[in-house]
Amino acid sequence: MRITLTVNGARHDVDDVWEGESLLYALRERMGLPGSKNACEQGECGSCTVYLDGLPVCSCLVAAGQAQGREVTTVEGLADGERLHPVQQAFVECGAVQCGFCTPGLIVSTHDLLEHNARPSDPEIREALAGNLCRCTGYEKILDAVRTAARTLSAEQP
Amino acid sequence: MDFLAPTTWADALAAKAEHPDALPVAGGTDVMVEINFDHARPPALLDLTRLPVLREWARDGGRIRLGAGVTYARVIDELGATLPGLAMASRTVGSPQIRNRGTVGGNLGSASPAGDSHPALLAADTTVEVASVRGVRLLPIGEFFTGVKRSALAPDELIAAVLITPPSGPQQYCKIGTRNAMVIAVSAFGFALHPDRRGVGTGIGSAAPTPRRAPAAEEFLAGELEAAGLWDSRGALPDGLAREFGHRVRDAASPIDDVRGTAAYRLASLSVMARRAATWAWDAHRSAACGPSDEDPPVRMHP
Ligand SMILES: Cc1cc2nc3c(=O)[nH]c(=O)nc-3n(C[C@H](O)[C@H](O)[C@H](O)COP(=O)(O)OP(=O)(O)OC[C@H]3O[C@@H](n4cnc5c(N)ncnc54)[C@H](O)[C@@H]3O)c2cc1C
Ligand code: FES
Ligand code: FES
Repeated sequence: MRITLTVNGARHDVDDVWEGESLLYALRERMGLPGSKNACEQGECGSCTVYLDGLPVCSCLVAAGQAQGREVTTVEGLADGERLHPVQQAFVECGAVQCGFCTPGLIVSTHDLLEHNARPSDPEIREALAGNLCRCTGYEKILDAVRTAARTLSAEQP
Repeated sequence: MDFLAPTTWADALAAKAEHPDALPVAGGTDVMVEINFDHARPPALLDLTRLPVLREWARDGGRIRLGAGVTYARVIDELGATLPGLAMASRTVGSPQIRNRGTVGGNLGSASPAGDSHPALLAADTTVEVASVRGVRLLPIGEFFTGVKRSALAPDELIAAVLITPPSGPQQYCKIGTRNAMVIAVSAFGFALHPDRRGVGTGIGSAAPTPRRAPAAEEFLAGELEAAGLWDSRGALPDGLAREFGHRVRDAASPIDDVRGTAAYRLASLSVMARRAATWAWDAHRSAACGPSDEDPPVRMHP
């Protein structure tokens, strides 16, 4: 089937979508957007997190057909051209990335957290990132990155 | 595979009647796992996310009519104070991403013995509204679950809503898991005090082939509170009463050993959760006499 949706602000017409396929598959394999990662396909790891109509969801658990006419923002849509979003910059600076599989999902979840809560406490960060697993870094550097991003963003908008 | 995406409730019911094999998909948090892992290959998917009516909740007489497509995140945000037991259960589901998609109707559709909404809905005496082109049926929630992952839903029916009376007293939800997030319950317990009718509601999760109530325990506790005049006096619970209630809840369960835990652990934990839930709820009921509080009750996770 054909689906039409908006991804990172641009309209996409996608053909030959299998009715049972996930939005994650369609993004990666049909729209050339491999930022969202496929690490479990069962909602456990959060590597595939994208915004769907403004809400962070596991794109592996959304049927591509359910995204017909909807707005999706992936990790690729957060940067401003070559200029990284402060959340992305903070992950780089804090060394919160090793293999990088979990990173796109963590960045989308962190982006959403900081949109709603500019100065989250550590328990709030842990709660917000409870659906994102990292198997390499250990979470200390990830927490550092979230705190750093929170500081940068609040400094930008006092 | 076909992909059916009705935009009106009448079209959805017609589609289900015409394609009884079509698998409804709401949040997809159960369905898509099955499809991704090749465990399900339905001839068609019936997308329910284009039906605004399923995403609504409203007051309906004295009750809340909660559309089957309302997500856990919205139950927490919009109904935390109105349906505290269900909101507490919702906070324990999966992760933020899962709560943004997963729905109460999908939880019922899967009818897992471990579904977190079920003990809360059982304790609150919920009615499930199911519909087909043949008409609407109102099922007491206790009759909805018929076996492991089986429900009373007919092949041509969809779940429209659940009808819940906002509580006249405190509610509690307790869940045992290995982590504070992303866990299927090892065992779970929902509790409601109904001071208006001097009753008690219970719901047991993950400790029987279906979610179920503990009717003998409910009658016991309500009767003891009556006999001691406590419904009127709001006095302290007599020594041992909550413990005995916990034992009776435990006796209503029939768990199995599985990868998440042993039957013996499930029984022991149920008895502890039921004792604590009853104690916390009764204490809240006693302090509520000093004036209403519109704060959300805290979620308690164990251990
Ligand atoms: C990572 C992860 C963690 C999870 N954690 C928990 C947890 O902690 N607690 C818990 O209880 N569950 C958990 N789940 C399971 C799942 O999220 C819940 O069961 C959720 O409520 C399913 O809702 P949904 O809208 O996503 O259902 P879907 O997957 O869309 O559907 C589930 C079933 O219900 C049927 N269905 C859906 N809506 C209707 C309707 N209106 N009428 C008729 N049939 C319908 C579908 O056909 C399907 O059989 C988890 C799942 C994942 C992937
Ligand atoms: S790939 Fe979607 S949650 Fe792991
Ligand atoms: S950096 Fe490898 S999984 Fe997180």
